[in-house]
Amino acid sequence: MNGRLDELRGPVPSHPHDARAIAALAANPGCARRALLDAAGVDKDRTARHVGFPAPFGQSQFAITRGNVFEALVKENGCAELLRLLRELLGLPVSEVGYQDVENVGAHLRHSHTRALIDRAARESEETAVFYDHPLFSLEIAGHTSYLEPDVVAFQLGGRFHIVEIKSFGVIDGQAEPQKVAGAARQAAVYVLALRTLLAELGHDPERVSHDVVLVCPENFANRPTATLVDVRKQLAVLRRQLARMTRVDRLLEGIPEGLTFDLAPDRDGVPTRSAQELAEALCQVPARYAPDCLSTCDMCMFCRDEARGNGSTDLLGRQVRDELGGVSGMAEALGLAEGTLEPAEGQEEVARLLRTANLLREECLR
Amino acid sequence: MSALTALAQLRAIRDGIAQPITTVRHCHLAPHPMVFIPLRLAGEAAAPMGAMVGTDPGHPRLLVVPQPRNRDLRFAFTAELAEVVLPYIEGFGKTTETIEKKGGEPYERCLDAPQILVPNPQAVTFVGLLGRSTRFRRVDGPYPVHPSVPLLGRWLTYFADRSQHPGSSLLLTATEALGAHWATGQSGLEDANLAALLGWIDPPEGMTGPGAAEEAEDPLLWPPAGPATDPGFDNEVLGPAVRAYEEAPTERAVERVAQALRTQLEPTWRLMWRSVELLRALPEGARVKDRWDVDRGSFTRFLERVTEGGPPQARRDGAVGAAARLAGLERARASYDVQRAYDDPLVMAEYRLTGEAFAGTVTAADPEHTEGEGRSRKLRPLITVRTEDQVRLTPGATVGSPDRRGHAAEIVEVVDGEVTLKITKGMGRGRTPSPGSVPEPGERVTYTSLTDDFQSSAALPDPELTPWTHGGPPQEYVPSDEDAQEEWS
Ligand code: SF4
Repeated sequence: MNGRLDELRGPVPSHPHDARAIAALAANPGCARRALLDAAGVDKDRTARHVGFPAPFGQSQFAITRGNVFEALVKENGCAELLRLLRELLGLPVSEVGYQDVENVGAHLRHSHTRALIDRAARESEETAVFYDHPLFSLEIAGHTSYLEPDVVAFQLGGRFHIVEIKSFGVIDGQAEPQKVAGAARQAAVYVLALRTLLAELGHDPERVSHDVVLVCPENFANRPTATLVDVRKQLAVLRRQLARMTRVDRLLEGIPEGLTFDLAPDRDGVPTRSAQELAEALCQVPARYAPDCLSTCDMCMFCRDEARGNGSTDLLGRQVRDELGGVSGMAEALGLAEGTLEPAEGQEEVARLLRTANLLREECLR
Repeated sequence: MSALTALAQLRAIRDGIAQPITTVRHCHLAPHPMVFIPLRLAGEAAAPMGAMVGTDPGHPRLLVVPQPRNRDLRFAFTAELAEVVLPYIEGFGKTTETIEKKGGEPYERCLDAPQILVPNPQAVTFVGLLGRSTRFRRVDGPYPVHPSVPLLGRWLTYFADRSQHPGSSLLLTATEALGAHWATGQSGLEDANLAALLGWIDPPEGMTGPGAAEEAEDPLLWPPAGPATDPGFDNEVLGPAVRAYEEAPTERAVERVAQALRTQLEPTWRLMWRSVELLRALPEGARVKDRWDVDRGSFTRFLERVTEGGPPQARRDGAVGAAARLAGLERARASYDVQRAYDDPLVMAEYRLTGEAFAGTVTAADPEHTEGEGRSRKLRPLITVRTEDQVRLTPGATVGSPDRRGHAAEIVEVVDGEVTLKITKGMGRGRTPSPGSVPEPGERVTYTSLTDDFQSSAALPDPELTPWTHGGPPQEYVPSDEDAQEEWS
């Protein structure tokens, strides 16, 4: 199966999952197109660009700088500041802490190095606290192992682990932007699950990883960090359910034509040589499930939106609209029922009556 | 969202242009609103980068922070903003009227109030945070600021808070105001882009709605309406301009940043005034004035509080304050929904669709019908209404009607599209109903179980009257040195 996935990706290294991809995993699990692209490690951003629908996800240098400065501050001197925060937050009697930067070993070794470190920590239940910076986790996504390079620190004391996530959005008077907190919690849940899976694989109790993650953000308008515990049990449950539901990749592979590939066929300088048209056609062979939420979560969004427009699907307007239309998925169909130009199919009478009444009411009021 | 709106969205797609979802305007629109478009430094909560502000479409004032990480420049920006905003606000305090209150002291109310328009809800959040970050500053001590800075901070906080109040028009967002009156052929997420939303509502000559909206998504043609700037612009234009200022803080360097920001703000400035024109062209709903009266009252009270030297708003509401606020918001929400339905047949249609309202023609009337004998004899006119609506109201239900203020009735019977009603209120005090108070045969009427008695319902006590059982009156918030000297990076 891995051979088939490699073929889909083409002769380039598998694209690692970044923070957005990780958070988005749980966003649209019913979409076969993304499941396949992700499982094969296809660079979706490049793919979207090549077919002429780049995703509108630029990042401002100001925001990047700000994020880096804050992260560096928190991690300064072997995470000294972080230790102070954790001591207060978790009520820990720690005075000393070890610091292991997994990034110090080569990229190819990071995953096994992370495993070895975590295994040792769990086995020896070391009494000294240790921070593990830049760990490389793996997670089974849609039947395929994906590597996660989280911007997080794992903290261990006495064989118990916490995921620590550093974010540069401000907490003002004890409140942060709810959307950003929700996003951070969704991401952190992925890491908790990955670390738990790792412990289980190594034969340890996965529950040693706390479902309370530590969120570190700047407080008010200063750069001083503050730490909060965020319970991600709910996000974990959603994630587990959605990962389980995500159609298994082998089943997805069964449905696609022989020889299909998303290979950009880069030349020696990495410039794609494959025609955009051909690539677009290949993409359309795998069914998508567009929703407006894609616009903030998936690199393929502009391409899929264009396709959905062509299909005249009510998905374009969002779930809520479709619900209001009694679940009717085609725009022409809904309008036809409303205007009485279309006979309702069997079982559709109730919906048709509602739409017809709504249409008459609109006409009466706008006359 | 309702089936009617969903249908309007489908029509918008088919016709290639936004569709009306109201027949009147439901927000107040001042003769001279102040448009304010703030831009924020990416990655920061409340660091202003620049703004365009003013009441004259032809003369916007551009404010710029050439290096937003510099605390002094940030406060200089706020002081400059105060120079524009405070005189506008304070101008409305000059003329007042005396309001006689039943069973209460008469009080003063400003004849008119300021209205600030921003592009979107994120701008409101920014206004709130800018207020939060400036209202505790002091004019003396370690980091002194101009006296106008904390004052502006209090006003910005007030406006941001007030905008959470359903039906208030003191601080409006263009996207929400437009979205409340038109349905486009795109999702709510896409409607959050002011240029795209206006593209659907009012496409330029020779363009369709979707065509204009698509063009509006290109940040090079239509820069975002803020407070977030386009990342591409940050990286290619603004970043280098700010660095040039850091290296040599000259007039020219400031002008370069200003020029860059102007290109981002001017298109939105035009869109804001276009939004004003479009909204103004709609006839105003009958109860908009009532809500504006409430806004004027609220504004006047806050103005008095400021004039009397009251402290800035607390960092957080006390328990009673928070409960009172929530209850107030809920009441306002319910009341606003009802008022809109009463003012607008197209909004009322949503309730007709769910069976909470019906419209029809009066087929019979017995205006002198009475109930009871002797002293308890009461005038209870009966009418019968023929309707095609699916009525889901049961006998005994109390209903009101948008056709007559103060009118109330009770459902007596609903049979086969014929509704019999007993009129209980609004006929005057005589033995026979006052003229015009009972609908006559042939008249078209609307009745609904939605009623707006929320206003009169008992509110929570004023905080200072909090009973001891509930902890007694809260201690007045006194800002501390810590608030004033709060660290800023
Ligand atoms: S944008 Fe396309 S590929 Fe991505 S999740 Fe949505 S439908 Fe699937």
